[in-house]
Amino acid sequence: MDAILLQILNGLDKGSAYALIALGLTLIFGTLGVVNFAHGALFMIGAFCAVTLQRFLSLSFETISETEKDFLGNPLKVETPYVESWFGTEVGSSIIDWSVPLSILLAIPIMMLVGLIMERGLIKHFYKREHADQILVTFGLAIVLQEIVKYYFGANPIQTPAPDALSGVANLGAWFGFELAYPVWRIVYFCFAALVIFGVFAFLQFTTFGMVVRAGMADRETVGLLGINIDRRFTIMFAIAAAVAGLAGVMYAPINPPNYHMGMDFLVLSFVVVVVGGMGSLPGAVLAGFMLGILESFASTTWATTTIPGINQIIIYLVAIIVLLTRPRGLMGRKGVMEE
Amino acid sequence: MLGLNKKDTTLLIAVAVLTMFAPFFLNPFPSDSAMAQFNAGYPDLMQRFVIFGIFAIGFNILFGLTGYLSFGHAAFLGVGSYAAVWIFKLFTYNVVPAIILAVIVAAVFSVLMGYVSLRRSGIYFSILTLAFAQMMFALAYSVLSNPKFNLTNGETGLQVYPNDPQMFHPDSMQDFPHLFGLYMNSTYTMNVGPWAFDFNTGYYLCAVVLLAVFYLAIRIFRSPFGMMLRAIKSNQTRLNYTGLNPRPYTLAAFVISGAYAGLAGGLMAAMDPLAGAERMQWTASGEVVLMTILGGTGTLIGPVLGAGFIKYFENIFSKINDAVLHQWFAFLPDGLEDFVVFLIHPFVGKGWHLTLGILFMLVVIFLPGGLVEGGQRIGKWIKSRGKSKDTGPKTEPAELGE
Repeated sequence: MDAILLQILNGLDKGSAYALIALGLTLIFGTLGVVNFAHGALFMIGAFCAVTLQRFLSLSFETISETEKDFLGNPLKVETPYVESWFGTEVGSSIIDWSVPLSILLAIPIMMLVGLIMERGLIKHFYKREHADQILVTFGLAIVLQEIVKYYFGANPIQTPAPDALSGVANLGAWFGFELAYPVWRIVYFCFAALVIFGVFAFLQFTTFGMVVRAGMADRETVGLLGINIDRRFTIMFAIAAAVAGLAGVMYAPINPPNYHMGMDFLVLSFVVVVVGGMGSLPGAVLAGFMLGILESFASTTWATTTIPGINQIIIYLVAIIVLLTRPRGLMGRKGVMEE
Repeated sequence: MLGLNKKDTTLLIAVAVLTMFAPFFLNPFPSDSAMAQFNAGYPDLMQRFVIFGIFAIGFNILFGLTGYLSFGHAAFLGVGSYAAVWIFKLFTYNVVPAIILAVIVAAVFSVLMGYVSLRRSGIYFSILTLAFAQMMFALAYSVLSNPKFNLTNGETGLQVYPNDPQMFHPDSMQDFPHLFGLYMNSTYTMNVGPWAFDFNTGYYLCAVVLLAVFYLAIRIFRSPFGMMLRAIKSNQTRLNYTGLNPRPYTLAAFVISGAYAGLAGGLMAAMDPLAGAERMQWTASGEVVLMTILGGTGTLIGPVLGAGFIKYFENIFSKINDAVLHQWFAFLPDGLEDFVVFLIHPFVGKGWHLTLGILFMLVVIFLPGGLVEGGQRIGKWIKSRGKSKDTGPKTEPAELGE
């Protein structure tokens, strides 16, 4: 029982990341009809927002300590972060400690700006061109973004710890009466992902803006004929999708130290998730994201890997191939989407 | 000649001359000059030009003719390499059986993958091939290298060990791939004054193979089969209405391009007898996409140019470091020199991929026909300048699908 629950929990955090990225991909595909190969790069930029803020907050100046001396008796140089000197040690250190959650505030505007620039500057010109061209140009963009990040941050993964309060291990099992320890941050990540997903759905479902966007997804031309500037709304949706990917990246930084190619690694899997869920279906993307995440974690159990060696590496692709062959539209795909 | 029209014959002869005399063309700088580091005429790099040329020609038969964008072709290259190395391990160092088996195995794999992936088109096809290729990468990298059943030797890469059986390998011969006694790594260096030209057996084997498959590609492009593939690209629905089933044709194109990739993989193993899983990763598939697009999709010579271009700059651009840059811009005033070097620095050396990415985006955005279209445009511009304007606007298609 606890083993099964543990695997489900393990799958949930990876599944959350898949679901968030796939949600953004589907939003872009559903509204603008563009297959965005640079979406993984947006996820990565989000993670590097967290890295940047953490570095920025830890900027410090050196002072020579009057009380402390090193073992030779020379005065010891002490590094004090600026934040600590401005707000006092207590507040300052806790600001640094909480830099990853704080990065959310930084990431939202940055990611939306990146999304706006991407859509207005590049992708706008590709609506009328073939899907292959869209894939190619966004693939090129992904390489460029990745290399820029590599240039500034180097090729090595950068440790970005979660706040101390959230980096421990919680004994979840205590509530159910058995032993089950689980990292707190992963639970936070799952809750956060759920919040973002509900936020996006609520936004689309309960606001006028969302209603117009949904109408535009169903029939863009008619909405345009009604005198609504649907292009501008779709641009904003692109920015929101970029922000969702970025937020997924920010919060993922403590789980997996960000490196410049993490976006590409996640991109392939997210595409598989989107296709399994059904191209253009938002609930499908979320469902498939969690499902494949959990499936992957079940396949990584010792029982599964001893029965079929390496099953954890290929399970997702196998499932994707089977789904595409038996249900070509994916689990929840609508009719007429991407069918030539 | 050989069933080709005059234009194609010229093209084939041009490619033949280029490949046969490549050791001269690629070594224009004397070996003791400062520019010698930009010589590309060393065997290792020349082999790579040709091998990736073959890979890209094959990819272009699928993508250029049918428009199906595969993101998984590197898997066939990897499979071909593994097959070739297994021949070296088990039987003989002769490259002929190794290359033949590499082609066959890659073709078999591409039948399987193509049969499944080609049931969908457009973006689904791209993602399916991507998924297959990643799956095969995972299989090669970890799954098939467990102690019980070691087919790929995982992270280390498959290589020939002294205790391998090698049934038909006489002890008198060296332990290196050979073609009936001609070793692939044997190089004859011709010194002409300060120049040194390397003639490498392996390179010439690859070059001859390239010519053969290039000829085959021309024939495919000009054949009724090639026309059929172009028809699939331009309008598949209409093809269905005329009562034709496009799938056998696309599958055939897929298998042909898979076999080309296997051939490239086999040659790669023949030049250097080891095979690693990193050759199969999807970024490697992305590279051949870059080559084909950069050179010119759907053109005959484009992929070869693109492969040469990328491989040349990958090796040469990455050698440019700050010291070289300072040397180049030494004529500028000091402050300006540092500034120019600072500006260029991110794009050279390790930053070469950034340049490649930007270049690739520019090509996709402004020059969908790649380098070939660029050349054609320049040629036309020069022609139109040479002639007077009274010829009037001629409406020639920029690209006749060559």
